[in-house]
Amino acid sequence: MTPRYQNRIELLQGTLDLLILQTLRWGPQHGYGISQAIRTNSGDILQVDTGSLYPALHRLERQKWISADWKISGNKQRVRVYRLTAKGRKQLASERSRWAQVSDAIAGVLNPAKRESET
Amino acid sequence: MTFSFWHRQKRDSELEEELQSHLQMAAHDRTDRGETLEQATSAARRDLGNITLIKEVTREMWGWASLERLMQDLRYGLRMLAKSPGFAAVTILTLALGIGPNTALFSVVNGVLFNPLPYPHPDELVWVAESKPNFATGSISFPNFRDWQKNNHTFSSMAAYRPYSYNLTGLGDAEQLRAMLITSDFFTVLGVHPVLGRSFVPGEDEIGAAPIAMITAGFWKRKFASSPDAIGKPLALDGKNYSIVGVIPPGFDLALGSFRNVDVFVPLGQWSNPLLPKRGAGLGIHGIGRLNQGVSIAQARADMQGVTESLAAEYPDVDKGIGAAVRSLKQTMVGEMRLFLLTLLAAVGFVLLIACVNVANLMVARSSVRAREFAIRAALGASRGRILRQLLTESVLLSLTGGALGLLLAGWGTQAVLQRLPVNLPRSSEVSLDARVLIFALVISLACGIFFGLAPAFKSARSDLHDSLKEGGRGASGTRRRAQGIFVIVEVGMALVLLIAAGLMIRSLGALWRVNPGFDPHNILTFGVALPPSTNHGGPAEARAALRQLNDALKAVPGVTASSLSWGAIPLENDDEDLFWIEGKPKPASDNDMSWALSYVVQESYLQLMKIPLERGRFFTERDNENTAHVIVVDDVFAKQYFPGQDPIGQHIFLQNKGGRAEIIGIVGHVKQWGLDTDDTESLRAQLYFPYMQLPDQALDASSWSGTAALVRYDPRTPAIADELRIAMRKLSSGHAMYAAQTMDEIISSSLATRRVAMILLGVFAALALGLASLGIYGVISYLVGQRTQEIGVRLALGAKHVDVLRLILGEGMKMAGLGLAVGLLAALGLTRLMAGLLFGVSATDPLTFVSLAALLAIVALAACYIPARRAMRVDPIVALRYE
Repeated sequence: MTPRYQNRIELLQGTLDLLILQTLRWGPQHGYGISQAIRTNSGDILQVDTGSLYPALHRLERQKWISADWKISGNKQRVRVYRLTAKGRKQLASERSRWAQVSDAIAGVLNPAKRESET
Repeated sequence: MTFSFWHRQKRDSELEEELQSHLQMAAHDRTDRGETLEQATSAARRDLGNITLIKEVTREMWGWASLERLMQDLRYGLRMLAKSPGFAAVTILTLALGIGPNTALFSVVNGVLFNPLPYPHPDELVWVAESKPNFATGSISFPNFRDWQKNNHTFSSMAAYRPYSYNLTGLGDAEQLRAMLITSDFFTVLGVHPVLGRSFVPGEDEIGAAPIAMITAGFWKRKFASSPDAIGKPLALDGKNYSIVGVIPPGFDLALGSFRNVDVFVPLGQWSNPLLPKRGAGLGIHGIGRLNQGVSIAQARADMQGVTESLAAEYPDVDKGIGAAVRSLKQTMVGEMRLFLLTLLAAVGFVLLIACVNVANLMVARSSVRAREFAIRAALGASRGRILRQLLTESVLLSLTGGALGLLLAGWGTQAVLQRLPVNLPRSSEVSLDARVLIFALVISLACGIFFGLAPAFKSARSDLHDSLKEGGRGASGTRRRAQGIFVIVEVGMALVLLIAAGLMIRSLGALWRVNPGFDPHNILTFGVALPPSTNHGGPAEARAALRQLNDALKAVPGVTASSLSWGAIPLENDDEDLFWIEGKPKPASDNDMSWALSYVVQESYLQLMKIPLERGRFFTERDNENTAHVIVVDDVFAKQYFPGQDPIGQHIFLQNKGGRAEIIGIVGHVKQWGLDTDDTESLRAQLYFPYMQLPDQALDASSWSGTAALVRYDPRTPAIADELRIAMRKLSSGHAMYAAQTMDEIISSSLATRRVAMILLGVFAALALGLASLGIYGVISYLVGQRTQEIGVRLALGAKHVDVLRLILGEGMKMAGLGLAVGLLAALGLTRLMAGLLFGVSATDPLTFVSLAALLAIVALAACYIPARRAMRVDPIVALRYE
């Protein structure tokens, strides 16, 4: 029971960072909002574990890729809102291209025939 | 990011708020979808998961988590230890008793064996001697030394030294001074500079130079109150005035051989020994040297081989077969202490390991009590690593406290013990708690903490939460039982190794005490005598008269039954050699082709005094004196070696340095000159006795009296015999001095001191190990009995007999002990070989010692198991079952 959270963090770390940064590209958002956005945009396939989300947010904040502010939400509730920094934008670009490479590579491995026909 | 407590608290509350807002938003969304508020809240909570853990993992991202956690663990650990002060005290004390002696012994080993000598570039310092057919490291003659000094290419400087003693007069009562005759380079070699005045300069060490002296700081303080006026003052040594030129710094304590605590240094050329300029003379002179930078000892040896070979070609009659022995100075100083110290360090290390295992045992027992606490913490979100860390923090906290206490013990006790040690430990003044010792103490403390912390930690962290919670902390702990079984095996094994090591030492000492030294050492007092310098001015007749008067005065002291002067040799203490050849054989061309014998120049009562058995012929009488033909008495080794199959009595030999032809008039038993242990293996063992009064006239010069001793046999009922003798000598004149008085028994026992100390310390360590191990076994078996109370109750209820229960428990205990004994025997077989050099008359794998000590340990283990086993036997089935 206990070790599960940490395992997920490790497993999802790279991807989760990318998803968070990408989500924040559309504007500042709080933690709950980010998790809902990822969930909706992935067609309910990707469920972000809260146990991974908040450590990731705090880590990204420490790396200065995102910054946080307290805002009052629509329900008059104080929420912590994250926004993308300039540094984070650069990071997102590089992570995206890396992801594209990785997914191309994986696609190539999964469909070797297609690749051959292209060449 | 600065670590501030306030900042930290703010972030904590913010994190809490952030997660709460998450929960509320999630719940809000759910109520929007039509769930009731209650359902929505609990579902959101479920979705979020373990909020404590999320917080903890998130906090780790802030970067200061490790320090934070450590503080938290420390606080928690301290609280836990404070809750069980008994446990903490026992653990810390056990560890202090383990770490203290280890640190103390390590500081000795460090100071004596590891640390470089306290002189500049200590690696360049070597010790040199002549290697001769009879002596691997014999003395260097003065002319040879001068040629070595001149002809070598690998030494930057070389100096010769020779221990000596002077009769000091004119500064209070006459007293005997310990002196060192040195050549001018002695302090240059060592790199020691005088605190006052100057060192000797080249030329001042030549024969015939002006008499000068350097004094040590201790002597300077004692006689001159450390006044700078001492420079230039005269020092009357053996009646001759030496002008003081320099003072050696305090703390200078170079132990060369057994010679220490020197008062005064005098140039070697001042020695009025007529043999000093002779190339063939062996006068107890050795050398020290400093190698050129980058020169190895092997290179120096090769260089010196060339030097000695060309000397042998130049002076074949005296230098044939003579080489140079070159050794590192440090090794020469501490050589024989190495095995002794390392054996003790290993033994004390074993004691620490056993102490550690006992503490580990305690920790395991305690962790079973705490299993519930850990389970609760795990349920509340503590990760396995976190619990491990917590346990390690606690054990390291304990071990460091124990280590600090041990360090205090070591710091306070080391010097105290060293001063009381009957062993003349070289460099003991250099033993201190330096950085390396502190690091050693820290490292072993940490290692102990990690070792005994990990044992239960591993177990606890792995234990199933569910079971622990269910069982209420009583654990069905197969693994734990196995771990404790291993502890017992290890403890018993190590205790057995120590017991066997101590047993072998005890047997060695027993064997040594049974060795017959060849004489009766009881009730004999030996002491050095110094005659007044004025004796020197008369002729040999006057000198003989003075010596006779002295011996008569000693003999007349009430309680003295026999007395004899001795020119220099006292068995097991000092030796003297003579060169000779046998009449009827051609005179050897050179000194080197002559035969050697140990020589004792004594008076007629010596044989009766020492109770050396007379085998044939007769010993000297008063009539064997300066006016009669020279006679000698030889020992049976001499007789067998030089007159095999013949009767030596009536034969003549020629003594090179004692007046020529002498008749052999008797054969006596052999005396173990070289010590009870090694005498049989020495190459030079033939002995001869020469009548004191027949010494050639030139040998009766006062300059050769250095080292003259007296031996008296006394009635043991006489109180303070040494004082009586001193008073008797003082009555002769104020210039008569008595020094270095010790009984023959003391000489023998100090010749065994190293082994005796090793035996006592090993015995203490073994007893400690035995005690700790039996406590360990007792603890484990008691614990197991406690664990199995119910099972035993069921067995008894089902009809098992009390004896069966007893057998069950004893069987379990003895199975572990038996395995431990097997492990111990195997380990001892391997390890005791390493201490073979300390043993005598017993093999390192002596079966009797091995078996009897294994049996002793088995009995102790049985007793340790028996107490808890009896308790198990008395278990009342009703109570045991109801207990559940």
